[in-house]
Amino acid sequence: MLEFIQQLINGLSLGAIYALIALGYTMVYGIILLINFAHGDIMMVGAYVGFFSISLLGSNIIVAMVFAMVTCALLGVVIEKVAYRPLRNSTRIAALITAIGMSLFLEYVTLYFLTAQQRVYPASAFPLHKYEIAGLVISNKDIFIIVSAVIMMIILQYIIKRTKTGKAMRAVSLDKEAAVLMGISVDRIVSITFAIGSALAAAAGVMIGLYYNAINPLMGIIPGLKAFVAAVLGGIGLIPGAMVGGFLMGILETLVSGYWSSMYRDAVAFGVLILILLIKPTGLFGKNTGEKV
Amino acid sequence: MQDKKRTWGKFILEVIFLVALFTLVQYLITVGILNRYYQINLTLMGINIILAVSLNLINGFTGQLSLGHAGFMAIGAFASVIMTTLLDYPFIIGIIIAMLAAALAGFIIGVPTLRLKGDYLAIATLGFGEIIRVVLQNIDYTGGPAGISGIAKMTTWPVLFIAVVVTIVVIVNMINSSYGRAIISVREDEVAAEVMGINTTKYKVLAFVVGAAFAGLAGALYAHYFYIVKPETFNFLKSFDILVMVVLGGLGSTTGAVIAAIFITVLNAFLQEYAAVRMIIYALILIIVMIYRPQGLLGNKELSRKSFNRIWGGKHVSSTNK
Amino acid sequence: MLDKKWAKKGALLVLVVFMLSVVVGCGGGQTSDKESKGDGAETIKVGINCELSGPVASYGDNSRNGALIAIDEINKAGGVLGKQLEPLVRDCQSKTDEAMNVSAALADEGMVAQIGPLTSGTVEGSTSVMMENQIPLIAPAATANKVTVDEKTGKVRDYIFRVCYRDSDQGVRMADFALNTLKVKKAAIFGSTSDDYAKGLAKYFKEEFEAKGGTIVAEEGFMNLDKEFRGTLTKIRGKNPEFIYVPGYYTEVSVLIKQARELGITVPIGGGDGWDSPDMVKVAGAEALNDTYFTNHYSVEDPNPAIQSFVKAYEAKHKKAPDSFAALGYDAVKLLADAITRAGSADPVKIKEALEQTKDFAGITGTMSIDEQHNPIKNIVIIEYKDGKLVSR
Repeated sequence: MLEFIQQLINGLSLGAIYALIALGYTMVYGIILLINFAHGDIMMVGAYVGFFSISLLGSNIIVAMVFAMVTCALLGVVIEKVAYRPLRNSTRIAALITAIGMSLFLEYVTLYFLTAQQRVYPASAFPLHKYEIAGLVISNKDIFIIVSAVIMMIILQYIIKRTKTGKAMRAVSLDKEAAVLMGISVDRIVSITFAIGSALAAAAGVMIGLYYNAINPLMGIIPGLKAFVAAVLGGIGLIPGAMVGGFLMGILETLVSGYWSSMYRDAVAFGVLILILLIKPTGLFGKNTGEKV
Repeated sequence: MQDKKRTWGKFILEVIFLVALFTLVQYLITVGILNRYYQINLTLMGINIILAVSLNLINGFTGQLSLGHAGFMAIGAFASVIMTTLLDYPFIIGIIIAMLAAALAGFIIGVPTLRLKGDYLAIATLGFGEIIRVVLQNIDYTGGPAGISGIAKMTTWPVLFIAVVVTIVVIVNMINSSYGRAIISVREDEVAAEVMGINTTKYKVLAFVVGAAFAGLAGALYAHYFYIVKPETFNFLKSFDILVMVVLGGLGSTTGAVIAAIFITVLNAFLQEYAAVRMIIYALILIIVMIYRPQGLLGNKELSRKSFNRIWGGKHVSSTNK
Repeated sequence: MLDKKWAKKGALLVLVVFMLSVVVGCGGGQTSDKESKGDGAETIKVGINCELSGPVASYGDNSRNGALIAIDEINKAGGVLGKQLEPLVRDCQSKTDEAMNVSAALADEGMVAQIGPLTSGTVEGSTSVMMENQIPLIAPAATANKVTVDEKTGKVRDYIFRVCYRDSDQGVRMADFALNTLKVKKAAIFGSTSDDYAKGLAKYFKEEFEAKGGTIVAEEGFMNLDKEFRGTLTKIRGKNPEFIYVPGYYTEVSVLIKQARELGITVPIGGGDGWDSPDMVKVAGAEALNDTYFTNHYSVEDPNPAIQSFVKAYEAKHKKAPDSFAALGYDAVKLLADAITRAGSADPVKIKEALEQTKDFAGITGTMSIDEQHNPIKNIVIIEYKDGKLVSR
């Protein structure tokens, strides 16, 4: 039983990372129905920016994170302007192929300039404290990462539900043409969406750097895909759905490694995705709207 | 459309072309002008053509974005190696089993997933491709992650040549048949096709199964040239490689797929010293082609397609690429 | 009529492109005179076929760096047989088919020997081309037993050599160390299952450990590039092993050990030469690494002047300490140069013969002799991490 609870704790902190990445995925998809395949790679860029600002500029962790978030927000906006905006009215498949291209581009440009070598976050950037409570182990990093994910989600939910920009976002997501008629600048809203989504990815990247210490140019691929699965699981386009989906994915994966075999972990993750897509494509929390033609 | 009659003269001309091409290359290999290095790239070229043409049937003509093609290739590769290397059957049995196994996998995966649309389908097929890989990595019989090595080299130029020709002939003829028109109608407007009484699911699955079978063929040829097969070889980046060829050549242009496969193979050989640059170029191809020519570089190409169909004695397909 | 014209043009276009690419196109290396190979040439061309991109790019990158430092050193000292070594660096993209393709291209360009690739799979991909062209291949780090010997026929692969130990050597050594020195009886295995290397180590460790009276209480695996091990570690913790064997590479193992210690797993942990990297301490932290041991070729902190000069040269150029891939890449080149000198010729077949007769070659990864199966016989050291320092046992 103790072991099971420990597995749940392990799963929660892994899930928090998925949740953070999934938040950005789900936002972008909610607004422009694009699977931003490059999202995981933006996270990777964020991790690198964080790494360099800590190791070269000697900044502390909060500064590094802000720095990474700002840089990636800009990067996200630029990517959207250059690569995705011209395709807004073409097929979703064309947009997806572009996103795949963008993902490869970020990975291999980073690989080209920074080599395949992993970089190591200085351990001093975030000293570790372990707490043992009744035989259960939890560290300050676990708490930090879980709490940040929840706070980010709440802030996002607030922005979307309570602010004027959020209202505009929801309007664009509901009906682009009507939104334009109501005087909303779709371009601006999409840019803001990308900025926020990419900033969240950057935060996740820095956290992964802190959490696992090592980063490399291809680190974004697998977490990116998993986070996408998490977003679909929770109902793509829904902020709380991404959150819950992320935590569920994390727990599921940990339990698979803990009670079956870690080698089937990825297969199970994709299996969940396929099952969800087939049984309830709108996800756990999505409303069934029927297919639009 | 004045060209519906397929004359024997044209047919004979095609055969002469092919025989001449085959003989010439065979001659160059025999006298040693095409050394091992050129032969390797020739083999890769042939395999890439089969992969690109077969994926194009799914992605280009049927309009269903599949990102799991490498998975089918893996099944073909491992199925054929099990037959030949582990069970000592002749290569031809290995090829047939490879195609059947991949087709079966295509059917099993296609029936449920092809209900999905657009990008959901893409992600689901990507997931299936990865599941195939992970499962292969966990099967001890096939060597787990290390795969199987010591595979005899049986993909000779004649085998390769016949395989490429058969693939192109079968797929082009399929596209030009009534099946093909039904398949293209699915791409053009699925709802309208359905209204016209076309069982869209059936045709999507058909295209998927045929495409998978030829990917299996490519896998078998691959395994019997490169000595060793590992599940890792067939990860989703391999599927992306094939996608790059299809996108570059034109979604829905067989000629385009062939030319792009050749071009990408040559590009890869030229960039051997700069493989990281190669991937950056692939990435840029995907992005730029999609932005400026979503149908692919050679894809507008009634022209090429029209003429190509003519050569193969097919009927003219009048479709406008969307 | 117009249509017919187009038909022909289309046909021609396809054929011309196909033919052109076949006959003219395929190649990087057009300098392919066979005469440029071996003794007639101005320089001695050494093929370096490494994984510079793809999932194991960091291995290839480091090994290439090590090999280039060796070539630099040799050339500065006047080369071999009065000729400079010319490295031809190519990327096999961590793919078995590309490894073969690259080898064929390099053979075409007149290399006399090839260093790399790194993993057993890519070396096997490259093998048939090397054998056909009768050019020796020195694998820096391909450890699978079957690399140099054909498993089916039991025949030695004439032109394939390596400078690392086989999996069996390391696995057995660590099992003996755990039983005899650490005095443990219950061990768990948690190794990478992505490559033959770690799987091989695990297999031989298990055989030896059980044969000598120990029990394996858990056997688990992870995949390369994994970062999350706590699920499985928690499971292993529940089995109460006295020792955990973690064969794999430092990229994963460092994170794994850190997570193990965070979960309160305090038992000794052991591994193989894939652990050897300065990143181990940086990622896992000095404290977590206490009471961990790995089998290795050498220690970067060994005062031996040859080792220290290599480490210094490497640090100066790459701003970090070399790992075992770098050291093995370095030794592979040094062994090759030694063989060329002894052969008195840069002819590939003569190099191969000289390689077979290697006796007591003093490499930085140990003094080695090549046995009849083309494996080096050399000492295995066990290294312990003590407060972040490497201590030879």
